[in-house]
Amino acid sequence: MAKRIDVSGLHVYYSDFLAVEDVSMTIEPRSVTAFIGSSGCGKSTFLRTLNRMHEVTPGARAEGKVLLDDLDIYGREVDPVMVRSEIGMVFQKANPFPTMSIYDNVIAGARLNNTRMSKSEADELVEESLRGANLWEEVKDRLNKPGSGLSGGQQQRLCIARATAVKPSVLLMDEPCSALDPISTLAIEDLIHKLKEDYTIVIVTHNMQQAARVSDRTAFFNLSAPGKPGKLIEMGETNQIFTRPEKKETENYITGRFG
Amino acid sequence: MTTTDAPKAAPPPTGKRRIGDVVFAGLARGSGILILLILAGVAAFLLVQAWPSLLANTSNFLTDQSWNANVRENPSFGVAALAFGTVMAAAIALLLATPVAIGIALFIVYYAPRRLATTLGYLVDLLAAIPSVVYGLWGMMVLAPQLVPVYEGMTKYLGWIPLFAGPASTSARTLLTAGVVLAVMILPIITAMSRDVFHQVPQGHREAALAMGATRWEMIRLAVLPFGKSGIVGGAMLGMGRALGETMAVAMILSPSLAISFNLLQSGNQTIAAHIALQYPEATGYGVSALIAAGLVLFAITLAVNMGARYVVARGNKESA
Repeated sequence: MAKRIDVSGLHVYYSDFLAVEDVSMTIEPRSVTAFIGSSGCGKSTFLRTLNRMHEVTPGARAEGKVLLDDLDIYGREVDPVMVRSEIGMVFQKANPFPTMSIYDNVIAGARLNNTRMSKSEADELVEESLRGANLWEEVKDRLNKPGSGLSGGQQQRLCIARATAVKPSVLLMDEPCSALDPISTLAIEDLIHKLKEDYTIVIVTHNMQQAARVSDRTAFFNLSAPGKPGKLIEMGETNQIFTRPEKKETENYITGRFG
Repeated sequence: MTTTDAPKAAPPPTGKRRIGDVVFAGLARGSGILILLILAGVAAFLLVQAWPSLLANTSNFLTDQSWNANVRENPSFGVAALAFGTVMAAAIALLLATPVAIGIALFIVYYAPRRLATTLGYLVDLLAAIPSVVYGLWGMMVLAPQLVPVYEGMTKYLGWIPLFAGPASTSARTLLTAGVVLAVMILPIITAMSRDVFHQVPQGHREAALAMGATRWEMIRLAVLPFGKSGIVGGAMLGMGRALGETMAVAMILSPSLAISFNLLQSGNQTIAAHIALQYPEATGYGVSALIAAGLVLFAITLAVNMGARYVVARGNKESA
């Protein structure tokens, strides 16, 4: 189910502005990869190119190669809609559909691909996805209540359930905890630990302790200079990045000397 | 000495409000009261002027379909046929215009390249700037003759539906034609309202849909339309308000007659506004007063529709907030 992502020579542009320069990396399946770096260094931008969500922004485009196992997701024949059902995404701000019930939120994506799902199949998928997101026990008695009535942390787990219900092979998370309190953050981090058994997980975070806690590998991004494009500085085992970084810039960042 | 050296200290709080604040609050409150006074004044005028004819009326004003008011004694008239025609024409216009307006708004916001979208937006707004007498001329002289064969086709193939039963009017100056012209006239307001609310759909909702593999249409269905529902309904109701009161275009298109007819392809229906405009110059006896009574009914219908629209929009805003 989980798949490997291979990026080579990827440049990202906003119209004529080069935002991210020449990134090459391998993201291992069944592991958590964290992207860290200061604000505006292009890590979120880069993350969004992994499932072609950047194309939603007018003028944004990417050059280079992104392989999902053997599939070139920027291939001529490839539909971005298919890419996104294969590579799911969770956003910084929890965004359940406000007019839909908890149940309908979870099933929304799955219904797109399988319109003739039976009631029992749908019930099963909802329970499985909510259990998978550690939310089932909290909401099982109010599945027909609107998703917007949940707490922030619960909403974010609902969004994770919604993303996993589509059965993707990769899950991208763009600062999923930055709007949450420590307890809710812990719940999400526990969930990430559990999810990595089945998915390839990529998480962008501003919180270095979080990167250290949840990830197996860490990639550090930085701007080469103010106004210049963002770059991948260093990538390696999380343990190594945080204890024995190879680059001076990385060391400066993780020890809090800048950024 | 030390106190006088201090730089201009703020005046001690006295508990008095400043003069500018008082004046502005007064002006704002005055404007608010003024609009209520105008509304009440119009309603009072209509009531007072309509009263004599309503008292003298020998038939039921609300159910009678005939109009014999231009007499000095025992007038007999009713607003039923007029009210029916008015609501019917507006309903046709709404039915035709709303889907098209939603389509235009979605195209402008989510499909068209930016430059085309801007141009198209201006063009739609321009539709609202065309005087209604021009619409009337166009409907009477261009659209109606074009529709004659269409109506004949409709009676032939759709004649089994009572609404479209034959024989079709040979001039096509019917309620359906008026409805089509009204639809064009209310298109801009419904489009503008829908467009505004589609622009406000939070990016998070749209991206949520796209990120789980929704196509653009599926994104619109999942995120945009549920969010925009109240705006669309509000726009449609405002458009209906305009369609109800439209006078000139309808008066020019419909051939004058008076009856309740569910048949949209035959002449026979009339609307309140057009009836007032056509009858007023010849009104004698109780005629003027009776026409004002008809105006009162139009006032009530329009007020009800507009208040309904406000209520729907306000409720929708509360839900999505």
